[in-house]
Amino acid sequence: MADILALVEHRQGLIRDITFELFSLGRDLAHKLNCKLIGVVLADDANKFTPDLAKAAHGLIVVESQIFSNFNSECYQQALSQIIDQKKPLIVLIGHTAFGMDLAPSLATSIGLPLATDCIDLSVEDGRIWAVRQMYEGKINAKLWLRESPTSVITIRSGVFGDKESHLEAEIENLNLEINQPDYRRFFEYVEPVTGDVDITKSDIVVGVGRGIKEKENLALVEDFAKAIGGVVGCTRPIVDAEWLPKDRQIGSSGKTIKPKLYIAIGVSGAFQHVAGMKGAETIIAINKDPNAPIFNEADYGIVDDLFKVLPALKTKLLEMKK
Amino acid sequence: MEIIVCIKRVPQTSDAEVRIDSSGKSIVMERLTCDINEADAYALEQAVLFKEKFGGTVTAISLGTEDANESLRIALAKGADNAIRIRAEEFGYLDGSKTARILARAISKTKFDIVITGCMATDDAYSQVGPSIAELLGIPHATLVTRVEGGPDKLSVFRELEGGLLEHLEIKLPMLLAVQTGINIPRYASLIAIRRAAARQIDTIGKTEIGDADLTVDAEVESLFIPPVTKRAEILQGDPAETSEKLANIIKEKGLI
Repeated sequence: MADILALVEHRQGLIRDITFELFSLGRDLAHKLNCKLIGVVLADDANKFTPDLAKAAHGLIVVESQIFSNFNSECYQQALSQIIDQKKPLIVLIGHTAFGMDLAPSLATSIGLPLATDCIDLSVEDGRIWAVRQMYEGKINAKLWLRESPTSVITIRSGVFGDKESHLEAEIENLNLEINQPDYRRFFEYVEPVTGDVDITKSDIVVGVGRGIKEKENLALVEDFAKAIGGVVGCTRPIVDAEWLPKDRQIGSSGKTIKPKLYIAIGVSGAFQHVAGMKGAETIIAINKDPNAPIFNEADYGIVDDLFKVLPALKTKLLEMKK
Repeated sequence: MEIIVCIKRVPQTSDAEVRIDSSGKSIVMERLTCDINEADAYALEQAVLFKEKFGGTVTAISLGTEDANESLRIALAKGADNAIRIRAEEFGYLDGSKTARILARAISKTKFDIVITGCMATDDAYSQVGPSIAELLGIPHATLVTRVEGGPDKLSVFRELEGGLLEHLEIKLPMLLAVQTGINIPRYASLIAIRRAAARQIDTIGKTEIGDADLTVDAEVESLFIPPVTKRAEILQGDPAETSEKLANIIKEKGLI
């Protein structure tokens, strides 16, 4: 049986969590299919990664080159195309991350492989692959079948498959590949996020505001509420996109990850990117007028109502209680 | 600068109930309003910003059924010079890969220096079409772009990574940008411009112009289902005075404040 390949994702000298999630899923698939999970390490100095990775895979393919010190999807694509050609794997697992989203579609297109992105479940039946992925802003799941192909590329959503313990001892294979650094696409630098005067990761109480707030002027109501209960205001992506609040207030996969004692989501629908940044909160409360909003599948307590009616009433009750 | 922008008309589902139809493979469209996909609205704005800075023309392309004309007219009203609809009804089932092939063929028939797409459509959420088009056209790409500087021969491109980190790249044109929401503030079209665009003829092309060889479907939806609920909030019942009192009591009992 052809093997499963999983691409190791690293940034700024650290292996990213998604790698071990891909390995965990890959091991399960390999077990069911009676094949091996092989990790692919493309790095300038692979030695710093291999001890951790070797425990989690049956094999590792290592390609060392200065070119891989920073992520460049063009160079990764060249390397993976050659590895796929040599190893003919059944499945290539890549994270559905900023890194995988830049790489997987062009990789699959360039060598004519079927691709399923952002998968949350995956199985192989009689050699055919099916996957489950979300559509319509997380409100619908879709089961889809990939066309028959010797190799398929699958990108996996972060935080779904977990990182199960493993005590394997991977065989390491070093490959020499010819990779050309393209002159038309050059990595320049990483730019660290700017932190403002409020650090939402440090507060025990965070009030998160989403699209349901409707107008910038209405933010004052939320600020006022947060202040009254000793919390700070964070928000979802659309609020930052509209420039109503600065980027350092954004909660989610491309913003901050918070773990407060109390998180109150106001007019937040609950897109998975946002949930990824706040699911570590001890208690989650959601106020939203849409009873079908996915946020109610994450929250501990919910109020389905107009936030402009609930918020002032709740503030009064909480202030009375404080006295 | 010859600028191509790809836009998709999608149902607006963020505040709506989404129901599965009797086929089990698609959703019930009645009662859903449709509009230009969110990220594509930013792509369109970026296209118009490039035109304002570097001159040239903006061509908006949409693979869609006749109602996509409405979104193309909005593109014209906001500053696109040309609009082309590819008649989706002639191509049957569309997945991300087939969509990219059709769009890439249409784009390859025109002159272009830069192609701009949104980084994801909110309906099928593949995040696949932009970089696949780039590969088919043989040009470099960058996805999740939240800032661009410089030009016209080379752009400084900033991609948004996890945790708010930005990746700064330099890319030479021709290229494709798959932009993330927030890269700019999309403008509103003026009433006069909307009225003018309403009178414009939208060019359409189909199978004859594009051809239908090698348009295989890579991934086909077998069934849709409502995501299984593993956890459900305790919903507090009553009017705002009652629900907020109940909630305040819970907060107090649990010592959360």
